[in-house]
Amino acid sequence: MAVGKEIKTKIASVQNTQKITNAMEMVAASKMRKAQEGMAASRPYATNIRNVIGHIALGNLEYRHSYMEEREVKRVGYIVVSTDRGLCGGLNINLFKQVLADAAKWQGQEAEVEFAVVGSKATSFFNNMGAKVIAQISGLGDTPSLTDLVGSVQVMLKAYDNGEIDKLFIVYNKFVNTMTQEPTIDQLLPLPKSDDEKIKHRWDYIYEPDANILLDQLLVRYVESQVYQGVVENLACEQAARMVAMKAATDNAGELIDDLQLVYNKARQAAITQELGEIVAGAAAVG
Amino acid sequence: MALLTVNLEVVSAQESLFSGSIKSLQITGSEGELGIMPGHAPLLTSLKPGMALITKKDDSEEVIYLSGGMLEVQPNHITVLADVATRAGDLDEQAALEAKQRAEENMNAHGTDVDYVAVAAELARAVAQLRVIQATTKRS
Repeated sequence: MAVGKEIKTKIASVQNTQKITNAMEMVAASKMRKAQEGMAASRPYATNIRNVIGHIALGNLEYRHSYMEEREVKRVGYIVVSTDRGLCGGLNINLFKQVLADAAKWQGQEAEVEFAVVGSKATSFFNNMGAKVIAQISGLGDTPSLTDLVGSVQVMLKAYDNGEIDKLFIVYNKFVNTMTQEPTIDQLLPLPKSDDEKIKHRWDYIYEPDANILLDQLLVRYVESQVYQGVVENLACEQAARMVAMKAATDNAGELIDDLQLVYNKARQAAITQELGEIVAGAAAVG
Repeated sequence: MALLTVNLEVVSAQESLFSGSIKSLQITGSEGELGIMPGHAPLLTSLKPGMALITKKDDSEEVIYLSGGMLEVQPNHITVLADVATRAGDLDEQAALEAKQRAEENMNAHGTDVDYVAVAAELARAVAQLRVIQATTKRS
């Protein structure tokens, strides 16, 4: 029967798409579990070093590191962490929107904005936009290593040391749970001050062995750990977002198939009814 | 008011090893052994491979091996940022002994291609692990 041939093909094609999205969902789910473990493992270190840095920024230290001084803001740098691949819902675009809104605020105060981007999605977005991108890295894969990141982080730190940027932020998606990823902008430099009320008096550390050696060491570790944490959180977010997006796609494909099936059945029924009518009419004419 | 306890966080790049209030902390700083009681003055120091002996609120003790890192002390809060940290119970005595032997052999080999600094660091780590193991076995 020739009826509904097109609909049949359409259904088959949607079914194929559904199979693919379903497979992608399962892959993302298993990768998410791994990414989540990695993120949870390094999170305490990143939070604690941030606390320590907060204390240091509050303190009245004998050795003033350039990272501690608030300068007049003429240029702002962002390290934007994005994904390498698409098909993860609005994850990247929500993040970019947030960055652009924040950047516009600085531009309103007549500060220039520069970007260091991680991940190919951010690279293409900011390049298309014509923004000033001074460092880019992509293709970190599922297990990002610190050594891969160090290069572009160094570019930003050097720019800060040379006074080419006066504030440095890191932008990434924070993993809240599987359904929620929160675009986050954290200040890296100058060191963000802790809001711990108990230590808001003048004080300095006792250093062993020496203030500048210790602080140099600690500050490098601080920046590295923050950037690394941003990248692994974003990775977990990517997998979670992809899983959710693919689940939605699979469900939608299911609905589409149901609708098409209904249309097909109706057409088939109409064809049968018509044929029957014709036969009956024919028989009546003969009889 | 005298402080009786202080919050301690011990974290390494891989995990959080301890978090809670304690009575005292004994730890190996780069300049020597440190004993830290509640209300200590702000202190920032780097750590040598060694052990951290934690006396908890209920006077029970916990030993953690640290391969180095940083220590920050605030009167009401102590943070240990370790490079690598292992709970004493998880250390492998046999592996530590072997590592120590290997490091000593390397040191005595007088080869030209031996990185003395790296070997010395490895030896220090192995010795520190052994010390932690001995300290815990004596206690139990």
